[in-house]
Amino acid sequence: MPKDEIKDFRLVGTRPNRPDGLDKVTGRARYGADITAPGMLWGAVLRSPHAHAKILKIDTSKAEALSGVKAVVTRADFPTGLTGEDWNLQENTMAGEKALYDGHAIAAVAATSSQIAQEAVRLIEVEYEVLPHVTDVDDAIKPDAPVIREGAADATVPEGMPPNVVKYFEFGRGDVDAGFKDADLVMERTYKTEATHQGYIEPHACLGQLGADGKGEMWVCTQGQWYIRQMCSAVLGLNAAQLRVTPSEIGGGFGGKTTIFMEPLSLALSQKAGGRPVKIVMSRSEVLRATGPTASASMDVKIGMTKDGKLTAARAEFRMQGGAFPGAPVDMALYCCLAPYKIDNVEHIGYDVLANRPKCAAYRAPGSPMGAFAVESLIDEMCRKLDLDPMDVRLKNAVREGDQASYGPTFGSIGLAEVLEATAKHPNLSAPLGPNQGRGVASGYWFNHSGETSVSLAISEDGNAQVSVGTPDIGGSRASIALMVAETLGIAYEDVRVNVVETGSLGVNEPTHGSRATFASGKAATVAARAAIKEMCRRAANEWGIDEEAVEWVEGAAQPAGPNAGEFPPMSIKEIAKNMGKTGGPISGHHESVPEGVGASFGCHVVDVEVDPETGHTKILRYLVVQDAGRAIHPSYVEGQYQGGAVQGIGWALNEEYVYGDDGRLQNPIFLDYRMPVASDLPMIDTQIVEVPNPGHPFGVRGVGETGITPPLPAIANAIQGATGVRMSHLPMTPTKVLAALKASQE
Amino acid sequence: MDFHTPSSFEDASKLAAEATGLTRFLAGGTDVLVQMRSGTVLPDNLIDLKHIPGAQDITRTPDGGWRIGIAVSGARLGDHAELVADWPGVVEGMELVGSTQVQGRATLVGNLCNGSPAADSVPGLVAAQASVEITGLTGVRTVPVEDIPAGPGKTTLQPGDVISGILLPPRGENGGDAYQRFTPRTEMDIAVAGCAISLRVDGDTITEARVAVGAVAPTVRLVPDAADALIGSTLDDAAIDALVVAVRAACNPIDDKRGTAEFRTDVAGVLAKRVAQIAYGRAKGEAQ
Repeated sequence: MPKDEIKDFRLVGTRPNRPDGLDKVTGRARYGADITAPGMLWGAVLRSPHAHAKILKIDTSKAEALSGVKAVVTRADFPTGLTGEDWNLQENTMAGEKALYDGHAIAAVAATSSQIAQEAVRLIEVEYEVLPHVTDVDDAIKPDAPVIREGAADATVPEGMPPNVVKYFEFGRGDVDAGFKDADLVMERTYKTEATHQGYIEPHACLGQLGADGKGEMWVCTQGQWYIRQMCSAVLGLNAAQLRVTPSEIGGGFGGKTTIFMEPLSLALSQKAGGRPVKIVMSRSEVLRATGPTASASMDVKIGMTKDGKLTAARAEFRMQGGAFPGAPVDMALYCCLAPYKIDNVEHIGYDVLANRPKCAAYRAPGSPMGAFAVESLIDEMCRKLDLDPMDVRLKNAVREGDQASYGPTFGSIGLAEVLEATAKHPNLSAPLGPNQGRGVASGYWFNHSGETSVSLAISEDGNAQVSVGTPDIGGSRASIALMVAETLGIAYEDVRVNVVETGSLGVNEPTHGSRATFASGKAATVAARAAIKEMCRRAANEWGIDEEAVEWVEGAAQPAGPNAGEFPPMSIKEIAKNMGKTGGPISGHHESVPEGVGASFGCHVVDVEVDPETGHTKILRYLVVQDAGRAIHPSYVEGQYQGGAVQGIGWALNEEYVYGDDGRLQNPIFLDYRMPVASDLPMIDTQIVEVPNPGHPFGVRGVGETGITPPLPAIANAIQGATGVRMSHLPMTPTKVLAALKASQE
Repeated sequence: MDFHTPSSFEDASKLAAEATGLTRFLAGGTDVLVQMRSGTVLPDNLIDLKHIPGAQDITRTPDGGWRIGIAVSGARLGDHAELVADWPGVVEGMELVGSTQVQGRATLVGNLCNGSPAADSVPGLVAAQASVEITGLTGVRTVPVEDIPAGPGKTTLQPGDVISGILLPPRGENGGDAYQRFTPRTEMDIAVAGCAISLRVDGDTITEARVAVGAVAPTVRLVPDAADALIGSTLDDAAIDALVVAVRAACNPIDDKRGTAEFRTDVAGVLAKRVAQIAYGRAKGEAQ
């Protein structure tokens, strides 16, 4: 599809009510904790109070003796001999020889009530030998840091690296030293970001049932039911096809629900309790202590720029800790950080470092926000130094179709230049600023993703369509997929029902992650709808006694393709469906693949802030998100994704952080002190959807969920410099830190 | 756990005195229920006070002051136009507690008895020279609000003591009060520093003043030196500077995840200046 082609769609691009809306606003929607089953037990988990400790002894006898307790499990109840990521998942599910972070699960109990389960947990006696711990990434990478796990480094780590470095990345091209020589200004800075949590409103919850025969069921709040199935099976040594996993409605995930935490415990407890189902619902404190926040990062960036704003070279060296297991997204951060820029000479170095913190999980464009904070902050500072317009510099260096990305591949159709041009024209960029106010801009990038996808579509007896997808709806994907299917079939939006189905209904689907659901499930559903159309045309052709190829599908009906094909009135989908039992049986369409043609997405944000010079408090006055959606299938949900990403980024920039005490314990496992923005902290987030259609998707979709969290971190830092003259290089930019920086600058 | 619903404060006092184990009073429940849910406080006895006659009432006292029932919610306080006209600073402190939902339940007495140094409604009460009526085993007595907090999570109340009402003095002429706190967020947050000031003017001159600070010491603190800085002044720059110095001198905060000691001390001074200007404007009848 040529990139400037605008199709005149009947439904795509409209804003109907979401199909899950009524259930959600009336409280009927069933979330993870709403599922119950006859004979159900309640699970509870004992968690380590220590950041790092040898587990000498666990005595569960008093808990087991408590009336109402039906099962207690420890690591001794799990299979042994796992390796690689399976071992990591098992070790994170339940501690083995050592507790590796504050909140690490030590034992779990199932009892007839939640209260009894909690009480039983308190009766479990654990003997620890407390070990030295480390939580900060710069401390964890020191050669003499406490060793989290011997032998955890993979083959990428050269000899002689500090003991907690478990992965090493190095890539680039050109000659950075020569590039820096060509620059008029070379600057180098160090930046830090702290760990944040996705903060989904629904805590993790599951109901698991597992019999002695190894057959099991699970109902769970997740972004990916097949991942739950595969990971639980691996951790417990089960046959994956014998475990059937049904996703609940989901109250937010943002990447944090693409893996397992306590889910295997409910299955292990259930099996030990004779197959009675076991429900586990995390508290908020458990969510913050023991699920998967982001990595924290320490980053050095060096950039060269000519006096007219051309970037000549860049070097990024990032250190990230993602908890006590490998997997900090330092690679993603490096791939994304320079992606908006055409630079001939680039060098990237990354260290994945272990620390005594919970195992990080994905969080909305994993890694990209940290990298953007470093690079976009430095580019802004250099623009100020050279008195250059930051929008001009971004446009001047913008990557375009055919350019080689900083991380290697060649970009196909992309819309960065279009995004920057739209941003420059937006009225927010010329709104007047008062005293103590400043404006910041920043760009952001996310690859977007495809992944294993299986979709099934069936025509009902009355000519409506039901679509079975395997990607839980976390951002309006049911509405978007219904729009695309209805558009394709030529029927009403309301005549399509999209169901997120359990693992027994489809082939393997990756979770809803990587901004993939509307791209991948949407593309597969469109292909499936086309297959159903082909079958319906065949049925009409048979009825008419003409060639199948002589039938076309127009506005929800089969009709002869032209006068030569025959003279028959159109046969509607309802008519074909009504007779399908007599014309060959059920009509459906399927599609299974890893859909090709992912389209990357760029965005640019503009923020105005006012900083109170006496308290260091930053108020967001205006906020603009401009981003390339490819095509907005349901613009309201695209805008919602832009706004949500911006707000999570604002939280990360200003107040959110994991605060660890000297004892290695998390100091703020509660929303009172883990400060996400509230509605009154924010202006209306302005959005502008840019549409440079992705030729790899039938409707041009790129994916919109993640890019939007990337620019806020640097954009706000840039705006604070505009307001105060002070450059903040360590997130979050709390009032305490900003006031201290203001005072230091005045001394 | 035993749940009690006494019909008088005398009965409540007796129940509390005779109870064994851990006892908690329930008014709005916005602290107790949260503590119970998180498992930090699991009481053996819960004594529900909110059905005692008068507990939900706001009444004018014969001297022109106010008596506020122990179960009056923040929302009802804010809806009471006459009370708001008299003591806007007291009411705005209470209204900063929690969310709209919490405001439907949370009470002044609960905020006081929770014993938090950061309790938003307490500095305003202290500045207003409010007192509490305590029903105890030996009868009823009246105690200044500033004498109740004893440290984080602690009060000076004795076993069998139950607060049976809050008393605000008559506002009188040419008075004004105000409260502000600093939080990183605009709401749903806990004070990093807070300051309340109540004062009276004669023309442009301040004749009476009380200054109280919150979240900068183990308890909400009355700061007489800060009041002295204001009294006799027209809230000129020198008076404000002296106020700020006195307030900062009274601060003895902790360094924690919510703010450094230095930050809390700095900001307490900033708040004092801002609050003094609002209270002064109110005392002079200027729209605030």
